[in-house]
Amino acid sequence: MLKGSKKLPKSFIQKCLNNYPLALLLALVTIWLGISIGSLSIPFSAIWNIIAHALWQAPLDDHVSAAMVQVIVAIRLPRVLLAFLIGASLALAGAAFQGLLKNVLADPYTLGVSSGAAVGAVAVFFFGIQLPFFGRFTLPIVSVICAFLTLFLVLFFARMAERKMAIETIVLIGIIVSAFFGSLISLMIALTGEELRQIIAWLMGSVAMRGWDYVWMLIPFFIVGSFVLLVHHRELNAFAFGEHAAANIGVHVARRKVIILAGASLLTGAAVAVSGTIGFVGLVVPHMTRLICGANHRRLLPFSLLYGGAFLVLADLVARTIIAPRELPIGVITSFIGAPTFAFLLFKSLKRKMG
Amino acid sequence: MIKVQHVSYQYGEQKVLHDLSFTVRSGEFFGILGPNGSGKTTLLKLLSRELPLQEGTILLEGKQIERYTPKQFARLVAVLPQHADVSFGYAVQEMVELGRYAHQSSLFPRWTKEDEQAVEQALRSVSLYEKKNEPLEHLSGGERQRASLARALAQEPRVLLLDEPTNHMDLAQQLKLLDLLKKRVREKQLTVVAIFHDLNLAALYCDRILLLREGKVASIGNPHDLLEEETLQEVFQTPLKRQEHPLVPKALVTLMPTQEEMKNEKEKWAVSASDEMIVIQTVQPFKALSSALVGAGFRWATTFVNRYVPLDYHCDEAEKEMREYLQRHQFDEQWTIGMMTAVQLEDAAYVSLADESFRLLTVVTAGVGNAVDSANAWRRDDVLFAPGTINIVVLLDAHLSEAAYVQAMMTATEAKVKALYDEAVFDPKTNTMATGTSTDSLVIAASQQNEYCEYAGTITPLGKMIGRAVYEATREALKRYRKRKERS
Repeated sequence: MLKGSKKLPKSFIQKCLNNYPLALLLALVTIWLGISIGSLSIPFSAIWNIIAHALWQAPLDDHVSAAMVQVIVAIRLPRVLLAFLIGASLALAGAAFQGLLKNVLADPYTLGVSSGAAVGAVAVFFFGIQLPFFGRFTLPIVSVICAFLTLFLVLFFARMAERKMAIETIVLIGIIVSAFFGSLISLMIALTGEELRQIIAWLMGSVAMRGWDYVWMLIPFFIVGSFVLLVHHRELNAFAFGEHAAANIGVHVARRKVIILAGASLLTGAAVAVSGTIGFVGLVVPHMTRLICGANHRRLLPFSLLYGGAFLVLADLVARTIIAPRELPIGVITSFIGAPTFAFLLFKSLKRKMG
Repeated sequence: MIKVQHVSYQYGEQKVLHDLSFTVRSGEFFGILGPNGSGKTTLLKLLSRELPLQEGTILLEGKQIERYTPKQFARLVAVLPQHADVSFGYAVQEMVELGRYAHQSSLFPRWTKEDEQAVEQALRSVSLYEKKNEPLEHLSGGERQRASLARALAQEPRVLLLDEPTNHMDLAQQLKLLDLLKKRVREKQLTVVAIFHDLNLAALYCDRILLLREGKVASIGNPHDLLEEETLQEVFQTPLKRQEHPLVPKALVTLMPTQEEMKNEKEKWAVSASDEMIVIQTVQPFKALSSALVGAGFRWATTFVNRYVPLDYHCDEAEKEMREYLQRHQFDEQWTIGMMTAVQLEDAAYVSLADESFRLLTVVTAGVGNAVDSANAWRRDDVLFAPGTINIVVLLDAHLSEAAYVQAMMTATEAKVKALYDEAVFDPKTNTMATGTSTDSLVIAASQQNEYCEYAGTITPLGKMIGRAVYEATREALKRYRKRKERS
């Protein structure tokens, strides 16, 4: 069951954040910060100038150097945008999984969907798969398909293990599936030769050094997946009251379920294909967002999108600045926040069950 | 509206519904009753499409229910399950708004004025409008159930399916909810199909009732005809008694707990008499039919008090005063039958009779200062409150039907009249034979154990015994009364 924050009176901050313009502003500010801060610090004023220059050939100000343009256009901007898209994708997918499965612990990572997508991606590297007609979209497409299949595998096992599909059962099976896929990936890595480095770097989960190619690769999946989930807010609300209740008010349960799961898999698979497995974003962000705007998916989904993006931009910012000049994998930051949140939520759901 | 034809259903090997056929008419409050495991919930789940049909067909407005799309179906049929899943973090209104789902387009739904009105009306009708912004987890069980109902009403269905709708509710809430549904049935031609656990609630609200037994139709019809003791006992496999509702023309059904046989003690009652009152205490409660001052009508009682009041006793609110009197003397008013007399209590007559089947005690106090001939009472226009009363208490160790109670009253009254006749008591005003006094009381109380007596007229042994005892006791009491009169 989804647990809202309504028992507590809302704090001032919660009220402020429960507001679309402010959330949007916050997202833009984090993007700005992400672009500005780094080994080469770039003043806020220069950023707009450089973007305008890149887009419309606007004249550059005197104090803007060529290095700055290079850093922003080729490195920072794609990196920050990628972080935003991936964070938004994972958070949105997490919110959808949680609503559909009535399970606060569900997210692409805990369900094993990320691992499934990773297997697909590694397989693409390993076998050098190239789908006809899809070209460079082969990687995300294979990942998405693997994510979707993994999801059904996990849900199938969970239902076999226990008809009621308790929260813990699903997560446990997700972990088992993750472990199995992890070993599959390790096997492929061990067998691989020259592609090894690429796979390792990718596996660590990172948005670094991906460039614009990956941004363009991700965007169509992001648009389609987000659209599918955002228009299903009423169905997700209905599912929160149980499948029977959803059927009673006229939701085509089987069809809508598949569509929502497909949408979430689309987001997850594409995100993993681009950035590797970044854990817990889909868990932490919807949870925090629920504290701000309640459980209603009409608000939860768009806010999760915005805050998820902002969250990962900040996480990436921390990852690359905290021990500069070296970089931490971004997954370290998200897990650092995510694992304790996961433990807290697990504890709470167990406690409620025990009474 | 709904036509169920030859529907059977089985879970695995176990067949729960056997070839059911019935029709629910439009605008009808239709109840489904039956013991646990009779297939009620399965039937409702089939009607709501929660379970797929296996055999037979269900037609809704002439079309097979499985041929409706989910949205079409939801616009026609809403369901209120027994345990509504409540999701935390939602406000009441947000939950009720979900009921409008089937009325909106899929991709870019617009929230119209009609949606808004339907939600508001639904919230108001379950009295949750004031709480519409409260989170669901703050509501009580009954309120949550009402919120679920509001969602179902917001669907504006033609048919409402309910599985024990009043499960989590207290009595007042139950009646309120059912009144609300009944009103919708009447005003908006809503069709309600509801599972009931409580026979009496079902009888009060349903237009027709389907009784299920072991997955078959045991009977179907209007509640008054259906709640026959034999049918119910057979369906529920438990002894049940049918009664009439005190105020509305409906039947009521009462359960019969397994009773321990009253220990066959010799003494079923004990009498203690003083100058002030005669008190009869019974070992276990007796069911009494009486015209006494306190506890008239049918009443279970353990104490029967005949109180002496002086000749000049006068009180406008005699009943209230008598209740206070009983309380003062530590009698439990709920279990006490109270009478008054101005006759000296030592003149009371006691007659005990017994044969192999029955035992009986009659106590009579008789004063005839106020004697009246009932056949000629209309000639008298005086309003007489002169004291003088014949109080008769008959205690029986027998099990009487309601008919037997009435006949026992008749028999006792006839015996009293005969005693007055033989004692030559006259109505002083009309100078005709008196048949009683204007304020007589009669109590027939039976243990409702031992032999069952369908009748207690003078043709039966019990009737004969009552007649004899009342006659003898009344004559005896009259003699003593007169003797005292002559002395004074």
